Amino acid sequence: MFRFSARLVGAAVTLTLAAATPAVAQQLELKLMAPAAPGGGWDQTARSMQQALVASAVARSVQVVNVPGAGGSVGIAQFVNSAKGDGNQLMVNGFVMVGALAMNKSPVTLEQVTPIARLTEEIQVIVVPANSPIKTAQDLAAAVKADIAKVTFAGGSAGGVDHVMAALFAGAVGADAKKINYIPFSGGGESLAAILGGKVTAGISGLSEYDGQIKSGKLRAIGVTSEKRIPGSDIPTFKEQGIDLVIANWRSVVAPPGITPEQRKTLSDAVEKMVKSDAWKEILKQKGWEDAYLGGDAFTDFLKKETVRVTDVLKSVGLVKS
Amino acid sequence: MMDTFAALAHGMAVAVQPMNLLYALIGVFLGTAVGVLPGIGPALTVALLLPVTYKLDPGGSLIMFAGIYYGGMYGGSTTAILINTPGESASMATALEGNKMAKAGRGGPALATSAIGSFVAGTIATIGLAFLAPWLVDFAVRFGPEDYFALMCVAFVTVSATFGDSPIRGLTSLFIGLTLGLVGIDKLTGQARLAFGVPELLDGVEVTTLAVGLFAVGEALYVASRRHHTEEKLEPVRGSLWMTKEDWKRSWKPWLRGTMFGFPIGALPAGGAEIPTFLSYSTEKRLTKYPEEFGKGAIEGVAGPEAANNASAAGTLVPLLTLGLPTSATAAMMLAGFQQYGLNPGPLLFAERPDLVWGLIASLFIANCMLLVLNLPLVGLWVRLLAIPQPWLYAGILVFATMGTIAAKPSVVELSMLAGFGVLGFLMRRFDFPIAPVVVGLILGPIAEAQLRRALAISLGDPMTLLQSPISATLLGLALVALLAPFVLKGMGRFKANED
Repeated sequence: MFRFSARLVGAAVTLTLAAATPAVAQQLELKLMAPAAPGGGWDQTARSMQQALVASAVARSVQVVNVPGAGGSVGIAQFVNSAKGDGNQLMVNGFVMVGALAMNKSPVTLEQVTPIARLTEEIQVIVVPANSPIKTAQDLAAAVKADIAKVTFAGGSAGGVDHVMAALFAGAVGADAKKINYIPFSGGGESLAAILGGKVTAGISGLSEYDGQIKSGKLRAIGVTSEKRIPGSDIPTFKEQGIDLVIANWRSVVAPPGITPEQRKTLSDAVEKMVKSDAWKEILKQKGWEDAYLGGDAFTDFLKKETVRVTDVLKSVGLVKS
Repeated sequence: MMDTFAALAHGMAVAVQPMNLLYALIGVFLGTAVGVLPGIGPALTVALLLPVTYKLDPGGSLIMFAGIYYGGMYGGSTTAILINTPGESASMATALEGNKMAKAGRGGPALATSAIGSFVAGTIATIGLAFLAPWLVDFAVRFGPEDYFALMCVAFVTVSATFGDSPIRGLTSLFIGLTLGLVGIDKLTGQARLAFGVPELLDGVEVTTLAVGLFAVGEALYVASRRHHTEEKLEPVRGSLWMTKEDWKRSWKPWLRGTMFGFPIGALPAGGAEIPTFLSYSTEKRLTKYPEEFGKGAIEGVAGPEAANNASAAGTLVPLLTLGLPTSATAAMMLAGFQQYGLNPGPLLFAERPDLVWGLIASLFIANCMLLVLNLPLVGLWVRLLAIPQPWLYAGILVFATMGTIAAKPSVVELSMLAGFGVLGFLMRRFDFPIAPVVVGLILGPIAEAQLRRALAISLGDPMTLLQSPISATLLGLALVALLAPFVLKGMGRFKANED
């Protein structure tokens, strides 16, 4: 019963927003899949796109559909099979899906979808408790080199961006990535408790997740994974500390397989227009997401390279059997 | 201390503004509505409302979310008592005795003790939230994986010893649940277990699907199968619709004990609402002066778990507000709500936006009062539900159960599982196996496994870590006592009454 009324509310909101837009609004009526449960990063990305697409009059209506399951494996399978050739459908995805598909031995791969654009990225950070003897990334590197099994990393689910990053860190400082002692927690919240309680050596997560604790001095950030220092931040990058570790938790949007070049162009143009809209910029600011727009063939290349990189790392830590 | 009072008074001033009162009312109303429907929990509701509340001011929408959160807890227990269909896993313990009471014509007192107990527990726990949050969170953070594992052991022991007519039946049920808990991707290695190549199974068995299947569908099948043998006589009301003096006397201690379980465990980052409700149920069953009534509708078995349920809801807000640490799906959605306004819950929130934090805490008090006012007069209306002819009532239950499941996860596999669990529930009822331990196993099994393996990974495989932590050692000791005590006491003949 409630579900229907919620749909009505949603429809009413969409209608009001649509009514407020000028008559030049295009006739695009999109169906946007978030291959995850409501509330997570992909769902929030999808709902933000819905808001921005309609508010900036790029599309007349956008319907968000949640298909949760197995890091997006369930969603993408449904998307590839049932949306084939449909030029009015899009799906949100991201870094985590690359690893999930490899680990779940998914019959459907990201090569089958039509890449549209990368939208956002979140910078990653390594933190230690405030009273830890580890002060810099080099201190952590020394500890990892001394006895890698004794350095425990807490982070998100196995095979996710945090896990891949722990392996990349070990590899970058010359240790054996195979031997990392990575302890997966469900979501940043639970791992935060383990880090604050001093149960683990270091924690890995998106920067925004630990921002409050870093600012209040309960956690020390020993490095971020961006190419250059974040403006206005005093957290050093790994690069400037001599460790080659650049990675970001990116989110993107893709179209179904088998669409025509014209349909692809229409969707790409729509997304590009949305990214440039004020509504989208406002949302990015609110959510603390970095604009990482990358469209066209550049994104196609990026997606290929990330898939290779992530799969290699997961093979090296034994999560994916080669 | 004085500062806290001043801040709380200020928060009250924020919360009683007419608009905020209205938001709170909408919140508790929506929350109660979705709590009644199985499958649609408060988390999904908040998720659906986020885009709508986007234009509201932060204070108003957070107050509304708080209302939904508390309302959901109330609503879940209503269906648990009336039609043996817990709206949420935390209401399962309530269904055990509550539904028996309803069938014996005591649905009114059951609903009343659950509403008043929720109010009492919610109020005490909210006071706890206001005064103890900073202290409690320091303690909660010290809880490591080994301590959680020990806590799970306590829960397993008490649960399997409490449910069913014999321990062997209780344990059989528990192991069915533990096996179901293995299905899906292993959290620590990412490998799939017992998924048989079905992608929908990779995330494991959904707790609500199992609970709704076992309780609601199983019950409907069972009732249908008995229909031509003996028509079960349902009395909508027998005796007083309200709680008698005796009911009050038997309820107030369980309310307080339930709160003592619910609030601290809810405040633990991986505590949850299920453990305290079951611990409370087990405790009441042991302490009661009327052991012969347990399993047939003992009011203590409703009062305690319901209080624990609501107190844990307030407990969940401790890590959320002080650390920015969401420990339940609903709390995670509220965190998203905070972030929508550029607010980061955490150590700085109390300092940066005291009006908001204290407004929220004050609105929890108000939501509680509203829920009591909203729910008590409805008791009379709700029990009329029981007067609906059985075929209609159970047909309705089946429709709601199916709809709720599809709403949470629209897939054929999910529906097939619901049907399968319904048959399992019917068979278990038919052959007298308790069904609650199955759900307990599904919920706690994976947590216990993950925490044990985490603890061992951190200690590099040394099992002594389980005894070196004082918290863990104490809890394991408790579990051992709980395991052995019945046998020792049985020798002394004291627990004879429990063995009927």
